[in-house]
Amino acid sequence: MKKLESSLKNMALVLTGVTVIAGALLGYVNELTKGPIAEANAKALSDAIALVVPGFDNNPAETPETIELEGTTYKIYKATKGGEFIGAAVESSANGFGGALNVLVGFDKEGNIIDYSLLSHAETPGLGSKAADWFKKDQKGDITGKNPGKAALIVNKDGGDVDAITASTITTRAFLKAVNNAYAAYSGQNVDSTSGATQQVSAEPAEEVKMCENDSTKVCTGQCGHHHE
Amino acid sequence: MEYILIFITAIFVNNVVLSQFLGICPFLGVSKKVETATGMGAAVAFVLVIATIVTYLIQHYVLNPFGLQYLQTIAFILVIAALVQMVEIVLKKVSPALYQALGVFLPLITTNCCILGVAILVIQNDFDLLTGVIYAFATAIGFALAMILFAGIREQLSLVNIPKGMDGMAIALVTAGLLAMAFMGFSGVDKGLAQLFGI
Amino acid sequence: MNNFKILMNGIIKENPTFVLLLGMCPTLGTTSSAINGMGMGLATMAVLICSNIVISCIKNIVPDMVRIPSFIVVIASLVTILQMVMQAFVPDLYATLGLFIPLIVVNCLILGRAEAFAAKNGPVASMLDGLGMGLGFTIALTVLGGVREFLGTGKLFDVAIMPEEYGMLVFVLAPGAFIALGYLIAIVNKLRKA
Repeated sequence: MKKLESSLKNMALVLTGVTVIAGALLGYVNELTKGPIAEANAKALSDAIALVVPGFDNNPAETPETIELEGTTYKIYKATKGGEFIGAAVESSANGFGGALNVLVGFDKEGNIIDYSLLSHAETPGLGSKAADWFKKDQKGDITGKNPGKAALIVNKDGGDVDAITASTITTRAFLKAVNNAYAAYSGQNVDSTSGATQQVSAEPAEEVKMCENDSTKVCTGQCGHHHE
Repeated sequence: MEYILIFITAIFVNNVVLSQFLGICPFLGVSKKVETATGMGAAVAFVLVIATIVTYLIQHYVLNPFGLQYLQTIAFILVIAALVQMVEIVLKKVSPALYQALGVFLPLITTNCCILGVAILVIQNDFDLLTGVIYAFATAIGFALAMILFAGIREQLSLVNIPKGMDGMAIALVTAGLLAMAFMGFSGVDKGLAQLFGI
Repeated sequence: MNNFKILMNGIIKENPTFVLLLGMCPTLGTTSSAINGMGMGLATMAVLICSNIVISCIKNIVPDMVRIPSFIVVIASLVTILQMVMQAFVPDLYATLGLFIPLIVVNCLILGRAEAFAAKNGPVASMLDGLGMGLGFTIALTVLGGVREFLGTGKLFDVAIMPEEYGMLVFVLAPGAFIALGYLIAIVNKLRKA
């Protein structure tokens, strides 16, 4: 087959053709993958919730409550068992060494920390990124079982009793701030449970929440966010 | 104050080449002489700022309203490619002197990933237009700074004896590593400044 | 050139990373561990094979003057499809590789092979070229990621080999990427001459 020559008509035709085919194909694939992407996002969230407040039998990821505290919005996922409130997972964030640090903290009914999950961060790999495990049960900076309502969590360098991650005091401070804030949102929501209930009713677009869960800094464009090394 | 912070962070703390690994190809490819490095840096600054503005407008006034976010990559790369062509044509007519200086570098810029990278980052970080432009400009300055420093070192490097296996790209990469290490000294500066400004 | 030669050419003789020095941004940016390097390599390989096939099929109906824009549209579409598929089925890897997935579009390796090989050869040979180059790229990224992970944290593919205290953290950070790649290229240079 002979190559088409570069006349204006041919060029315009080919370019338009290629673009239209590409656009149509992308639209089709977008339709196909929309469902699985939303599912994958929802699953990541419900897995994290199951880790930090185990033992519920409702679907906390479906009915998040939002609460505003000092200009920041927190998402609270309530866990119930047999209709009885057993605790909640709170999404919170603070500015770490490299950028926003997002955590999901699980509290029991009394406000004791059950567990936490580091959702996203931009800390230095190998140093600040240790926060993913450092504060877990039986690790050096164990915070599980503590209650930020009795005494705020403070790093040992600032006179508190939580061991800082080696060479990453700033990350540790940011992490503990996020946890303390999460508790503040959690306790505020507990006291004000009636307004929380009305919010729950009005918060009908659960679909939308699922799409852009877990990160306040991410833009919900379908090209969802990313973090650098 | 916030803008100054963005500026300093993008140039020194999160240098586009040395800590974010964007635009490595021109960084390694056209950095044998300080003169060409400066030219490349200027051309990138020029295109990067214009590209950021145009892609921002496209994202917010074309892609978002019509729910076509999934066409972002393809739309941005086409816009950048067309833009580079246009800048070349306009520059040739309007300012032959500037064209003489930047001309040879312009075609290379289409495949410079720091342009597309910054355009996407501005959208992902949800910057407004002014912040985005300042961020893009600062990133370009950071790029130029890294290029020129690196080219200066490489000019000196060509005068010394280097073990045969290390000659060429190998020694250049190790040098870039040392430069990146020097830039790591800036990490945390942004935190200190933020405290100083009370942000 | 027979088919086997085309395949091996990309893996050894013209290895895109160590010999042709193409696609340096993802090479340095995503190789903080062997797994990440391999993921990036495989993602790039998928796009490269598909783009080589498509471009060698359409090469005769695209006039020369609009060759590059048409190729870019093809590559960008393939990358976007890859982006959506990864987001749906391997969201963790997608989150780790982040910005570098859309940036496959401007990876000079892909456009380079489209121009240098696919625009002149048939679909089968182009596919093999894509496979060979892709494998060469994947191997290089996995090796670089492995070296950085081992020296930086004492692990390899997430399996602890040395106690973590012996790790030189700098190899996981930005400078280590440049230095490790520099020495790997020097070693490859030496081996090629021998």
